[in-house]
Amino acid sequence: MARDFIRSLPEHERDAGASWLRSIHIDPLLMLLLVLVIGYGLVVLYSAVDQSQTLFQAQLVRISLAVVALVIAAQLPPQIYVRWAPFIYVFGIALLVLVLTVGVKVKGSQRWLDIPGIVRFQPSELMKIAVPMAVAWYFHDRPLPPSFKDVCVALAIVAIPAGCIIAQPDLGTGILVAVAGFAVVVLAGLPWRWMLYAGLALATAAPGLWFTLQDYQRQRIVTLFDPESDPLGAGWNIIQSTTAIGSGGLLGKGLFAGTQSHLDFLPEARTDFIIAVVGEELGFVGVTVLLGLYLLVIMRGMFIAVSAESTFGRLLSGALILTFFVYVFVNIAMVAGLLPVVGVPLPLVSYGGTSAITLMASFGILMAIRTHKAW
Amino acid sequence: MVGLSIKDPIREQQMFASRAITLLLIIAVLLALLILRLIQLQVWEYDAYQTRSEQNRIQVQPLAPPRGLIYDRHGELLAENRVSSSVALVTERIENFAGTLERLGRLISVTPADISDFETRLQRKRRPFEPVALRQALTEEEIAILAVNRHLFNGVEVTTELIRYYPYNDLLAHAVGSVRRINEDDLRTLDEVPYSATKYVGKRGIEKFYERSLHGEVGYQQVEIDAHGRIRQVLDIKPPIAGQNISLHLDNRLQIAATAALGDRRGAVVALDPRSGGVLALVSHPGYDPNLFITGMSGEQYAQMSDSIYTPLFNRAVNGQYAPGSTFKPVVALAGLVHGSVTWDETIEDHGFFKLPGGSRIYRDWTWTRNNSGGQGTVDLHRAIYRSSNVFFYDLATRMPVDHLVGFARQFGIGFNVAVDISDASQGLLPDPIWKRGYKGEVWYPGDSVNMGIGQGDLLVTPLQMATLAATLANRGRVVRPRLLLSSDAALPEVDPPPPMPPVQGPSADDWDRMVDAMEAVVHRGNQGFRGNGTAWAYIGRDIAYRMAGKSGTAQVVEIRQGEEYEEEELAEFNRKHAWFIAFAPADDPIIALSVLVENGGGGSSVAGPVAREVLDHYLLPQLAER
Repeated sequence: MARDFIRSLPEHERDAGASWLRSIHIDPLLMLLLVLVIGYGLVVLYSAVDQSQTLFQAQLVRISLAVVALVIAAQLPPQIYVRWAPFIYVFGIALLVLVLTVGVKVKGSQRWLDIPGIVRFQPSELMKIAVPMAVAWYFHDRPLPPSFKDVCVALAIVAIPAGCIIAQPDLGTGILVAVAGFAVVVLAGLPWRWMLYAGLALATAAPGLWFTLQDYQRQRIVTLFDPESDPLGAGWNIIQSTTAIGSGGLLGKGLFAGTQSHLDFLPEARTDFIIAVVGEELGFVGVTVLLGLYLLVIMRGMFIAVSAESTFGRLLSGALILTFFVYVFVNIAMVAGLLPVVGVPLPLVSYGGTSAITLMASFGILMAIRTHKAW
Repeated sequence: MVGLSIKDPIREQQMFASRAITLLLIIAVLLALLILRLIQLQVWEYDAYQTRSEQNRIQVQPLAPPRGLIYDRHGELLAENRVSSSVALVTERIENFAGTLERLGRLISVTPADISDFETRLQRKRRPFEPVALRQALTEEEIAILAVNRHLFNGVEVTTELIRYYPYNDLLAHAVGSVRRINEDDLRTLDEVPYSATKYVGKRGIEKFYERSLHGEVGYQQVEIDAHGRIRQVLDIKPPIAGQNISLHLDNRLQIAATAALGDRRGAVVALDPRSGGVLALVSHPGYDPNLFITGMSGEQYAQMSDSIYTPLFNRAVNGQYAPGSTFKPVVALAGLVHGSVTWDETIEDHGFFKLPGGSRIYRDWTWTRNNSGGQGTVDLHRAIYRSSNVFFYDLATRMPVDHLVGFARQFGIGFNVAVDISDASQGLLPDPIWKRGYKGEVWYPGDSVNMGIGQGDLLVTPLQMATLAATLANRGRVVRPRLLLSSDAALPEVDPPPPMPPVQGPSADDWDRMVDAMEAVVHRGNQGFRGNGTAWAYIGRDIAYRMAGKSGTAQVVEIRQGEEYEEEELAEFNRKHAWFIAFAPADDPIIALSVLVENGGGGSSVAGPVAREVLDHYLLPQLAER
């Protein structure tokens, strides 16, 4: 089925109406799918913010910025990305070190870099793109599948920034950055066997890792298996979010009518837990439609990766789309009580700007890889 | 193994495609897992979760702390809290809305205005099942009727809360200030957690300045609540901590007397205890009833207040800025003495007008239109004060550098807000050459100094500043900062008192005493004929039981053009002169100092003087009787 879908795409692209989009390096089909996800997300968000015009408009502004980021990222030919990948990476590492030394502490974590009067941002956000880009750059000129040595170098490229981010401490983002980098290694042809061995080794080491976790992180894992153990503390989120989703049933309680979402039972309803609002108000059908849209985005992204003409383009676009999937999966699995609570927003739907801008920029890179044919 | 080090694009692409498809399969499996979980939650276990969401849940609700009470110096309650019940509707629970309203209207009074206000409130953002107030301030009887008929009214709730109540209505609106309902702008600046249950915040005066202490600390209760927001059971409670009670220097009886003395005239009275700076009375008339801002008023009522040409919402006592007129003369006199421009013995001839050397503009004495405009004759400093000779001060002001005069006046707090806890008081304006260049783009003319000599020109002061000036004269140079707070149960975090004002530098003890003498003569020197009496004697000095020192002032509002005569009656109401009087008593050991301003009142001695006398009488006579 996936193959049929992919095969049918080039014909769709011959539509004359969409050619002007291609002339500005926008992939029409991917853009259409993104617009659908964003539009769907805004409807849900409008409910999640209790129909507050102020918050809703703030999100509209952020989404517009994110679209601008996409368009800009799409204009740059992939050659530029290859050339700049190592520099962006080194620059990012420098920022991370800076964060650890002079960063701003918010709620116990040192994640922000503050340039007074100009901006305040999380360099770890930049690394979500810079790390896979650097790994793709490393493999670009090397024979694939990679040698053991190349795999080790690539893993080091991933581990350094991921380690810095985990040290902030921001375990969630650190893992996501690591996943993005590791995806490149997998796509480059890391033998499945090795992954199996590594997985076994990790499982053996798991009891040891347990002791390296912070107390609150351990609590989150315990809670996952037994939410009732702490119904007012860490288990609260899971109980409320599963109740919200479950009580939505097949068709949901109706937009704006979710009691869990609007009576303050559901925490973080507009940010990380927004899928519970979808589940409660639009039901199983509503969540499935959203999942379907995400799947189409991922399939289109994979198609772009497979048909890319350079190693760098293939690896980078494949890794970015895999990362996108990981966000979707981790977020929904967490809200549905399948994974411990980590701070991952639902891509393109949750309230907030940083993640939307990073994601749309990475889709811009995908489009650049798709539309700049000269390479 | 050489072949391995060379890139093989075709093979690489094939391998990548196979990897991509494998990964897509994994993705499909994982998504299927999610879908399966959703089916489990939303289809198989739907009933259980549906019940769960309907059933009792635990919620943490904030509890508003009772606001601290405000007392006057004698323990009289100036601001208290009252229980107010209101009836609110949960529209989601009401099936026949019009019917419910109609039946409700038969039991309690619901006016069409209540209904239209309710409909406005209904348009605002709210959560589902959040009650919307229909009518506030229910009477006991109405509450009882509703309680009896409760079973007939599904979705109608009677809620009770503590609201601020000002028992003296408009008497203290400007002295104590008031709270207002928290609006969207406030939410942006207020701390979310401490104010999570609070509906009102201090917006004016003392209520604003001591907001932090008066507010108290929020409490919490953990309640079992159902999905419609109804409380089933209280599980745990951390009661709120009430705000601090505070006492003010205000003497409520004096406040009443001062308000009565002003009558229906527009104006302000500020009385201080010169020893402490404590504000004994602070009247701005007309006032307004701050309770209206709490229980709500119609748009019409508010428009009437805010659009009135008599500006009842405006606090004249601390924000009204007026030219001080002749009440400024004691400052000019002392400045001249310090600079050596004048002595107590020096005299000038007052022919009723003054001209700058080489100038053509005529500056007139206030007696110009009376007694053949012959001027006041031979005038020394003492006489210049009690006769309020303009010519003497026109001349004196030109004999010292303006910077000296301004620097000297600044020591009295003119041009500043020196009050301890009246943060929104205006600063007035003490003009100097630098200010004039900056704001008007003009140089300082000698004429500007001439005008300043009689408290006119660009000079602006507030009644609070003039009361401070009166207290400084009473204290023979010791400057006290006005303050409203007298005491509190515990130390207040807001009170980080500014350093005491330094005393006025320059005048000798003799200068101060002779100035007080001259100001006593303003009130007490009588039976000497028009040119020999103090300006205020005829109005307030004839039958006075204590020694009072005072100074009148009549501040011009519109400029009278050169050579033009005017009839007071012909001037429109708002163009008439402002009447000022500053005073303190007893003159040798003052315990009260005050300023009186009557807007467009006319003569200072004739209009403002009697108000000052009445206030002083009220404060002093009982105390003198006791001795």
